[in-house]
Amino acid sequence: MAAYKLNINGKNYSIEADPKMPLLWAIRDLANLTGTKYGCGIAQCGACTVHLNGSPVRSCSIPVSAAATQKITTIEGLSENNTHAVQMAWIKEQVPQCGYCQSGQMMAAAALLKKTPHPTDKDIDVAMQGILCRCGTYNRIRQAIKTAAEMVAKPA
Amino acid sequence: MNPINKNISRRKFVTLSSMSSVAFTLGFYFPAAAKGMGEILTAQNADEKGIELSAWISIDTAGLVTLLNHRSEMGQGAFQTVPQIIAEELEVDLNKVKIEFAPGNNKKYGSQITGGSSTVRGSYKTLLQTGATAREMLIAAAAKKWNVAPTDCYAENGTVIHRASGKKLGYGELVAAASKLPVPAHVPLKQRSQYKVIGQPLPRQDTPLKTNGKAIFGLDKKIPGMLYAVVERNPRFQGKVKSFDDTAAKAIAGVKHVIKVEMPVFGFTREGVAVVADSLWTALQARKVLKVEWDDTGFEHMSTTQLYDRMRADLKKPALSQRTGGNFEDRFQRAEKKLEVVYETPYESHSCMEPLNCIAHVQGDKCEIWGPIQGPDWIQEDVAGRLKIPAENVTVNMTFLGGGFGRKAFTDYTFEAVAISKAINAPVQVVWTREDDMTQGPFRPGAVYECKGSVNNGSVNAYQVKMAAQNMDQQGAGADRTKFNSSNIEGFAEGYFESIPNYSFGDVPTESPIPVMWWRSVYSSTNGFAFESFMDELAHAAEKDPLEFRRGHLWGERYQAVLNQLEEKTGWKTKAKNDGWGIAITECFKSIVGEAVKVSRNAEGKLKIDKVVAVMDCGWYVNPDIIKAQIEGSIVMALGAAVTHETHFEDGKAVEKNFNTYRLPRINDIPAIDIHIIDNDEKAGGAGEPALPPFAPALCNAIFDLTGKRIRKLPFKMEEV
Repeated sequence: MAAYKLNINGKNYSIEADPKMPLLWAIRDLANLTGTKYGCGIAQCGACTVHLNGSPVRSCSIPVSAAATQKITTIEGLSENNTHAVQMAWIKEQVPQCGYCQSGQMMAAAALLKKTPHPTDKDIDVAMQGILCRCGTYNRIRQAIKTAAEMVAKPA
Repeated sequence: MNPINKNISRRKFVTLSSMSSVAFTLGFYFPAAAKGMGEILTAQNADEKGIELSAWISIDTAGLVTLLNHRSEMGQGAFQTVPQIIAEELEVDLNKVKIEFAPGNNKKYGSQITGGSSTVRGSYKTLLQTGATAREMLIAAAAKKWNVAPTDCYAENGTVIHRASGKKLGYGELVAAASKLPVPAHVPLKQRSQYKVIGQPLPRQDTPLKTNGKAIFGLDKKIPGMLYAVVERNPRFQGKVKSFDDTAAKAIAGVKHVIKVEMPVFGFTREGVAVVADSLWTALQARKVLKVEWDDTGFEHMSTTQLYDRMRADLKKPALSQRTGGNFEDRFQRAEKKLEVVYETPYESHSCMEPLNCIAHVQGDKCEIWGPIQGPDWIQEDVAGRLKIPAENVTVNMTFLGGGFGRKAFTDYTFEAVAISKAINAPVQVVWTREDDMTQGPFRPGAVYECKGSVNNGSVNAYQVKMAAQNMDQQGAGADRTKFNSSNIEGFAEGYFESIPNYSFGDVPTESPIPVMWWRSVYSSTNGFAFESFMDELAHAAEKDPLEFRRGHLWGERYQAVLNQLEEKTGWKTKAKNDGWGIAITECFKSIVGEAVKVSRNAEGKLKIDKVVAVMDCGWYVNPDIIKAQIEGSIVMALGAAVTHETHFEDGKAVEKNFNTYRLPRINDIPAIDIHIIDNDEKAGGAGEPALPPFAPALCNAIFDLTGKRIRKLPFKMEEV
């Protein structure tokens, strides 16, 4: 066990964890932010996607020791009250069905839009193909990313 | 009913509805978990009768309305759809009501099993009636206050209005008076043309909870003092524990217990060793150093090759008959143009994105459960039966489900949590890893279909489908092998029975130790592929256009409407032959769905899907946007089972353990999907599953149209066609 300071969504969390513990479990069980989901544990489904210094990473496959001192953003940090463009677009396009994978989908989408404000279909394919959805919301995800891009370009 | 429940009941539903001052509560009561409609009662009626009322509609003095959802929310939209039905007749703004999950109890809520696409079709009449009854009582209360006739008043947006004077009273102001009124025996229901809420694509109320991390799924639920358990289960399906060594596991700080645990799997028991710790991470680490020796004697270590060899051999045995008409054998033997082919479909894992998990807390003769559960009332009964305690001592609390697809209707994982909690005398959450979830089953059964048919004068005159597959209703100890599989015609459009003079459907149940269970659209998910691919083969044998051929066999108005829409939306009339279009039409859970798929080859000559057109006739419906989402999802799930994934078995174990080998479709695999819902006055049909079965046959029929290659085995690789 070792002591770590995690900076999640701008807030500091002092935790004690096994250095090998994946960041995912530190976020969920030690910081009690359960919006980030466990889906596969081997970086194959993307349900655990969070931002590490603004870049999307699979938190199930990064040890907590490697994430300490860095800036971590989870779905709760996108905005608590659904005011982020990606959240608004997800609601407008009624993307979620079961909703379990959507935190990961939205974190990947938010990172994509930050880097590429006007993504092409190809850009969306590349950025989003690592995040699985068993409910099959993919076409709505694609549409919502385009809607979010428009919202950012032309705020209502 | 026991009269001592009398006082408890009021307190309980006040808690349930979590309101400060409930003044009007209406629900219905099923005298003996009876089928059909229960009796509608107010809280006062219920108290007088000593009944614990289900608070379907609660309105407090501030006018806050709480509506109940009695079914699971696993993505299919019941959380929105059920209240949307009640709100229509109750005349309240759905955006201003609070929606709560009902706990498991079929005496209070009727069947809660969220399967068979049954939520709307199974309960809409009761829900409309309950909403209308509440509205009429509120109107009657207002009329009494104003001393006018109730017929001179109407309700709108949570208020009652006197038509002549324009006087208004909010529901909150009327609840005290309304709750004292007798429940009217007959209330008027709206005509479909009068609906304001039903039929509208209203945004789901659970969406905002699912875009900011606030929705609580089973895995997110925590209760005070809760420990975490992971279980090393026998990797084979009926295996036992011979012995285990927990020395290393117990040496890890935070590990509290290591115990043998048994989990019921249909007629047999699966054994494993549970590691219980103060955190999930600790439990997972301790499981890795646990040493278990398994006892696998007494059952077969099946492989996929053996399974399919056995199913093919079973096809040579006489079928247990299910449905026959005319004289198939005679006509088929005498036919000039006949076909005889075999179709094969794979075993599949449900692979919900949220792996299985459940919290249980057993305290003496009481048990409380929290989790992602498809049948809360089943769990209540199952746990009560196994613990030998009364059902009312088992409380099943619902969370959101991260997918269900049939898997979370099964009672194994919930009882596993109960067994561990009972053994360690503490609340515990059992968590399945992805590998546990994907390898332990139950699975969708694979199936082999022998199809024989003949055509005469451009139509089918003999048609036979014989299925060899595991019968999910008859497995484990006590399975009756003389019983035919009553699901072996699921998916076949009923209309074909009118036009095909000689037909025969039967099955041979295949023996296997692999547990099998409903998988979205159940047997239709595989039957549909055989039925509608074979129908296409017969159409070509008859030298007919596949759409015209089906039109000639499906005479009913509803089928014709679906086919007409497909024809129009695909531009079928103007397409060239071998353009790469295929169609299929199936009937599942009282809904008819036609799908057309367009395929082409890209610049590198690889096959790709350009487009899917889906036409859904689900009769009376509630929310067209939710139905569209379900159709999109059904098509994506069907696509996966057709071209990207399959569960194999080797030496009695599932081979695919995680998403690296069980490959789900990804965003770049999904074609454009164009959806049309038919408007008619038919009874409600299912919406969550019926769009799945026609996709695979439509895809393969399209491939035949483009390439001349007939695909008779799923899954197949698009890049290899």
